[in-house]
Amino acid sequence: MPAVSKGDGMRGLAVFISDIRNCKSKEAEIKRINKELANIRSKFKGDKALDGYSKKKYVCKLLFIFLLGHDIDFGHMEAVNLLSSNKYTEKQIGYLFISVLVNSNSELIRLINNAIKNDLSSRNPTFMCLALHCIANVGSREMAEAFAGEIPRILVAGDTMDSVKQSAALCLLRLYKTSPDLVLMGEWTSRVVHLLNDQHMGVVTAAISLITCLSQKNPDEFKTCVSLAVSRLSRIVSSASTDLQDYTYYFVPAPWLSCKLLRLLQCYPPPEDGAVKGRLVECLETILNKAQEPPKSKKVQHSNAKNAILFEAISLIIHYDSEPNLLVRACNQLGQFLQHRETNLRYLALESMCTLASSEFSHEAVKTHIETVINALKTERDVSVRQRAADLLYAMCDRSNAKQIVAEMLSYLETADYSIREEMVLKVAILAEKYAVDYSWYVDTILNLIRIAGDYVSEEVWYRVIQIVINRDDVQGYAAKTVFEALQAPACHENMVKVGGYILGEFGNLIAGDPRSSPLVQFNLLHSKFHLCSVPTRALLLSAYIKFINLFPETKSTIQEVLRSDSQIRNSDVELQQRAVEYLKLSSIASTDVLATVLEEMPPFPERESSILAKLKKKKGPGAVSVNELEEGKREGGELNGGGERGGDSSSTPSPSADLLGLRAGPPVTAAAPSAGSLLVDVFSEAGVNDDVPFLAVPACLFVCKNNGVLFENQLLQIGIKSEYRQNLGRMYLFYGNKTSVQFVTFTTTVTCPGELQSHILHIHTWNSLEPLIEGGAQVQQVINIECLTDFSDAPLLNIKFRYGGALQNLTLKLPVTINKFFQPTEMASHDFFQRWKQLSLPQQEAQKIFKANHAMDTEVLKAKLLGLGMALLENVDPNPENFVCAGVIQTKAQQVGSLLRLEPNAQAQMYRLTVRSSKDTVSKRLCELLAEQF
Amino acid sequence: MIGGLFIYNHKGEVLISRVYRDDIGRNAVDAFRVNVIHARQQVRSPVTNIARTSFFHVKRSNIWLAAVTKQNVNAAMVFEFLYKMCDVMTAYFGKISEENIKNNFVLIYELLDEILDFGYPQNSETGALKTFITQQGIKSQHHTKEEQSQITSQVTGQIGWRREGIKYRRNELFLDVLESVNLLMSPQGQVLSAHVSGRVVMKSYLSGMPECKFGMNDKIVIDKQGKGGTTDDSGKSELGGSGKQSIAIDDCTFHQCVRLSKFDSERSISFIPPDGEYELMRYRTTKDIILPFRVIPLVREVGRTKLEVKVVIKSNFKPSLLAQKIEVRIPTPLNTSGVQVICMKGKAKYKASENAIVWKIKRMAGMKESQISAEIELLPTNDKKKWARPPISMNFEVPFAPSGLKVRYLKVFEPKLNYSDHDVIKWVRYIGRSGIYETRC
Repeated sequence: MPAVSKGDGMRGLAVFISDIRNCKSKEAEIKRINKELANIRSKFKGDKALDGYSKKKYVCKLLFIFLLGHDIDFGHMEAVNLLSSNKYTEKQIGYLFISVLVNSNSELIRLINNAIKNDLSSRNPTFMCLALHCIANVGSREMAEAFAGEIPRILVAGDTMDSVKQSAALCLLRLYKTSPDLVLMGEWTSRVVHLLNDQHMGVVTAAISLITCLSQKNPDEFKTCVSLAVSRLSRIVSSASTDLQDYTYYFVPAPWLSCKLLRLLQCYPPPEDGAVKGRLVECLETILNKAQEPPKSKKVQHSNAKNAILFEAISLIIHYDSEPNLLVRACNQLGQFLQHRETNLRYLALESMCTLASSEFSHEAVKTHIETVINALKTERDVSVRQRAADLLYAMCDRSNAKQIVAEMLSYLETADYSIREEMVLKVAILAEKYAVDYSWYVDTILNLIRIAGDYVSEEVWYRVIQIVINRDDVQGYAAKTVFEALQAPACHENMVKVGGYILGEFGNLIAGDPRSSPLVQFNLLHSKFHLCSVPTRALLLSAYIKFINLFPETKSTIQEVLRSDSQIRNSDVELQQRAVEYLKLSSIASTDVLATVLEEMPPFPERESSILAKLKKKKGPGAVSVNELEEGKREGGELNGGGERGGDSSSTPSPSADLLGLRAGPPVTAAAPSAGSLLVDVFSEAGVNDDVPFLAVPACLFVCKNNGVLFENQLLQIGIKSEYRQNLGRMYLFYGNKTSVQFVTFTTTVTCPGELQSHILHIHTWNSLEPLIEGGAQVQQVINIECLTDFSDAPLLNIKFRYGGALQNLTLKLPVTINKFFQPTEMASHDFFQRWKQLSLPQQEAQKIFKANHAMDTEVLKAKLLGLGMALLENVDPNPENFVCAGVIQTKAQQVGSLLRLEPNAQAQMYRLTVRSSKDTVSKRLCELLAEQF
Repeated sequence: MIGGLFIYNHKGEVLISRVYRDDIGRNAVDAFRVNVIHARQQVRSPVTNIARTSFFHVKRSNIWLAAVTKQNVNAAMVFEFLYKMCDVMTAYFGKISEENIKNNFVLIYELLDEILDFGYPQNSETGALKTFITQQGIKSQHHTKEEQSQITSQVTGQIGWRREGIKYRRNELFLDVLESVNLLMSPQGQVLSAHVSGRVVMKSYLSGMPECKFGMNDKIVIDKQGKGGTTDDSGKSELGGSGKQSIAIDDCTFHQCVRLSKFDSERSISFIPPDGEYELMRYRTTKDIILPFRVIPLVREVGRTKLEVKVVIKSNFKPSLLAQKIEVRIPTPLNTSGVQVICMKGKAKYKASENAIVWKIKRMAGMKESQISAEIELLPTNDKKKWARPPISMNFEVPFAPSGLKVRYLKVFEPKLNYSDHDVIKWVRYIGRSGIYETRC
C-alpha cells in the first residue's frame, strides 16, 4: 500500500499550513483556502476511491480550515468513513473531526453512533477510549440518549482495562452534567462506589469525580462511599512516599486524589460510625502534622501539593465544625501561613480563617491573630489580600475587640482602595452598631466615618445613625454636641451636613445652654453649609430651620428672613420652594401650641433589621455572607432597643401570583376618591375601631357600579374584593393581605346582617373558614355565598378581629352588596320601553331625584357606570340623545322586579335628573338613592 | 480638523505616525490597530468611532492610511485629503507599498508637514510640491536663486499651482477623457442601474502663463448656443455609436485652477493650467449611456451535482473600434468539484482560489458576439442553503467615452509670449473602462 510508505507525517498538510502562515494578507489567505477547498472537493467527488491516508489528510486540512474560522459544509461522510478504519491515526482524526464539527444531522448521527457502538464493543482498549472521548467531547443530548445505558456497564465490568474505566467514568460525568435525567445509576450505584477500592489509582481518581458529582444530587444513595473514602484516604496519608511510586508528586503521595477525597467527604456530615470517624480524625491530624514537618523539597510544586491537601483538609474540618481540637490546630496552622512569603498562601489563609472565625470552637483561636491581620490590612501589597484581611477582621470582631478593630478599620479607610471603600464603610457601621456598649463611642465612630469617607457612606448608614440617636435618649445630647463640633470644620461632607441638620433640628435645644453653641450660632453654622449642598440636603436643612423656630422662638425672625429671601421662596426647585413657602406661612400663622404639636420631636422608629446589614448582604450577593454573620445579626441586632420582636424575614413579600387581584397596587382611582374622607368617618363611627391606626377604607358606594377592587386598606391589612352575581345568587371572594412582616394571630371574621336583613331578606353563607394565622406578607382568601330573598336596602357587615404584636385589632366594614347587583339586563325597543314606562305610572312606583354632578359629565364614563349597574343601556330610545335610558329586572327568590331608568344630564347647570320606575316602590327608592351618589 | 495621520502595514505595524493635535494620544494608534486592522469581523465602514475618536481609513493594496480626529469634521474632506495624499505619494515614488514607504519615510514626513498644517489641509498640488520638496534636495541648476525666492510668493499667491517663467520649445497639450462605466443588469437584460464616472486628465507643457478654455458637448451649453442661432455640427464626429449631440452632466468638480465664477455664469471652463499632469475635472452622468457590452447569461441546474452555464457577450459599438483587455468573470458555486469550459474565442480557466471561471479575450471588434459554455460538477453537501448566484462581472477597455462626452475645443491664449492657439500641438484621447459592470444570472 502506498499509504504506508508515506508514513504519518502528512506532508501535504504541513505544506498547506505553512502556505497559510506565509500569507501576507487576509485576501491571500482566503484565496489559498479556496484553492485548497476546490482541490479537496475534486478529490472527494468520488470518481475513484481514496485510500485511508489521503482521506485522513484531507479531513485534517478541512479541520484546519474550519479552525481558521471558515465554514465547512462537506467532508462529514469521509470523516465518518475514517471511523471504521482499523488504523489508530485515521480513527483518531475521524473522531477529532466529528467532535469538532458535529451537527445534528440525523443520518450522519446514526452512522456516527453506529461506529461508536462498534468501537465500544470491540475489545481494543484504545478504540474504546477514542469512542468514549468522542462521546464526552460532543456530550450532546443525543449522545446521552444513545450511550447513557452502555457506559456504566463498561465502567463496572470486571474485564475492562483500567484506562478505559478512567475514560468511561469521566465520560459518564460529562453526560451526567449535560443531561442528568438520562444518566440513571440505579443498579450500578454500589458497584460504582466500590470503584473507590480499585487497585488502579487513576481509576479511583476518575471515579471519585463522578461520585462527587452524583452524590451532590442524591447523597443518600452514595452514603456508603464515606467509609470507603476514609479508608482510602487513610491508606494514602499513612503511606510512605515510596509506596505509591507512580502517583507520588514531588514527595507528596497522590495529592490530586487526596484533595478529591477530602472534597467528596465535604458533601457529607461527619461519619456516625465511631471507628470511621476515628480513622478520619487520625488522617486529618496526620495531614496537619505533615504540614509542620520540614519540607522534603525546595521546589514550589512540593509545597503547592502539600498545601493543597492541607487547605482541603481544613475546609473539611470547618465543614464538620465538631472537633474543637482540630479546629484550633487548623487555626494555628493558618496563623503560620498569615506571615508566609507566598501571597497566594496568605490570601488562602485569610479566606479560610474567615470561615473558621464563625465556628464557636475556633473563634477565640482566630482572635489571637488579630495583630497579624491588622498588619496585613495595612501592609499587604495586593488589594485582594487586603480585602480578605478586612473580611476576616469583620468576621473575628466581637465585643471584646470591637473598639480596636473598628479603630483600625477606620484608620485604614483613609488609605483604602476605592473599590472596597464602600464595603468597608458598611462593615465599620455595622460593627460599630452591633458591638456598641457606649453610644457616644458609636456616634463618634460614625461621624468619623462620614468625615473620612463621606463619599462612600450610603444613605442607609446615616439613616441608621439618626434612627439610633432618636431611639436612644441618653445619647442625644452627646450626638448634638459632637455633630455641632464636626460641622465647625471648614469643609465637611454633605452627609455630615445631613446628619447635622437632622440632629440639631431635633436636639439642638440640648446644647443651647452653652453660649458657644447658642441657637443663633447653631443656625448660622448650618446655614453656612446650605449653599454648598444639593437639593435634597437643602430640603432637609429647611425642615431643620422650621424645627429651630419651634425649639428656639428667638431665632424665628432670622429664620423667617432666610425663608423669605428670593433664593428660597422663589427657588426654581419645586420642592424647595414649596417647603420655603409652607414653612414661612406655618411659622407666621400658627400659634406656638400648634407649632409645638406639628413640629414635635420625632417619635422613636419601630425597630427593624438594620438596613445596613441588608445592604451589605445585597452587595455580597446571596450566599456570600457567612451563616454566622446572619445569626450574629439576629442575635445582636435586637439589643439596641432592648430586643423588640423582630420580623424574621422582613424582605419576603408575597409573590405577585399570590396577590390575585394585584391588590397591593390597588387602583389609584378608588384610593384617591374625594369622598373617601367623609365616608370613612361613617364606617368607623358604627364600627368602633381603635383610632390610632391610620387606614383607608373605600366607601361601599364605590362598589355600586363595579364588582372588584380594594375594600379596605390601612398600615396593617388590605382587604380586596372580587364578586360575581347570577340571577338571585352571588358569590364574593374576600382577600385578606397582611402588609406587615409579623403574623396576625387569632384572625377571625364574621358576617352579620343587622336587623331584618338577617332574618328574611338576605341569606349569607360563609364558605371556607379561615386559618386563625396570617403570616407576615401573606394573603388568605374567604368566600361568601349570598342569596337575595327579596329586595333590601341595608348592607351586611363584616367584622374582623385579630391580634397584631399583642394588640387586639377590631374592624367592622360594610360589605358592598346592593340590590342592583341582582339586576338582569333587558333589551327592548323604543315603543316597548315607553309602553312599560307608562304602565308604571303610579306615583309610588316612581322615584325621582335632581342633583348636582359630583364628577365631570363625560358620556363614556356615564355609560360605563350605567353598564356596571347591571341594567341594559338602551340606545336610540329616548328622543333626546343626551339622555340615558336603561332597563332591567331584579331577580330575587320571592319575585322579579322590573325596573326602568332614565337619566337626564344638564351640561349647562351641571345637574342630573334621575327617574327610576319599578314595579315595587322600595326598589325604586333604593335604586334612586344608590345611583344619586354615583354621578 | 484632522488630529493625526497614521500609516500601517498589513500586519498593523505603524510605518508613519504624525500627530498634529494634542487631543490625539499615543493610544490612538493602537486603538485603530486593535479595533479595525485586527478586528475579528472584517470592518467594512471606512469611518470607525472608537472612544469618541473618529478614524477615517483608506486601504491601498496592503497599506492602511488612517486619519484620526476628535472633532466633528467633514468626512468627505478627510477622504478627499487621504486620496490626494495617495496621489501625491504615487507621484513621488510610484506604487504605495510597504517597501516604498519605508524607503521614503523622510520624504513622507516632509510632505505631511507641508500638506497638513495643524490638521488643516494645505496645498496638495503635486506640481507645486515638487518644486520645493525633492528627494535629492533642491538642485541649483533647475532652480535659480530668484526662483527659490519666488517659491514663497508663488505658493501663497493667487496662482499657487503655477510658477512664472516656464519656457518650452514645443508647446504641447495632452487631454485624456477617462471614463469608467458601472452597470447592474437583470438576467433578462433590463438595466437596473448604470452610471458613468469620468475624469478629464491633462498634461500641459506650455510656456508662460497661458489662459486655456475648454469646451465639450455639455447639454446646457449646446442648448444655449442652439437658441443663439449658432449651429455646431461637430457632434457628428467619428466617435461612439450614436450620433447624439450633447450629454447631460449630473454633477462635476473642477481642479482649483478653473475659474468657478465663470463656470457659474457662462458655464465655460477657463483656467491657467498647472505645469505637468493634473486632473482638470471629474463628472458623472446617468442618462443615455452607451453600454459597450451586453452579457447574456444562461444557467441551468441539472440535478444536484451538475450545473450548465452558457454566457454570450455582444459588443455594442462601431465595428471599426476595437475593445481590449476583455475579461468575464463567472462565479461558481462554493461546492464546485470540477469544471469543463469550451469557448470559441480567447482563453477561459476555472480559478479555484477565486471561485470563478475567468474568460479573457485580448481584442474584440464592435458589433460582434462570442460565447462560452461550461459544465460545472458539484459535490453534494449537507448544507441546505441555496447558492446565492452572484452576478457575472466584466472588465474591458474601449477607445471612446461611454457617456458620449466629446471635446469640442481646447483653446490656448498667451498674450505676453508670441505663440498662438495654432502653434500648440494638442492631443485628445478617449478611454472607456469598466467600473463595476455586472449582470445577474
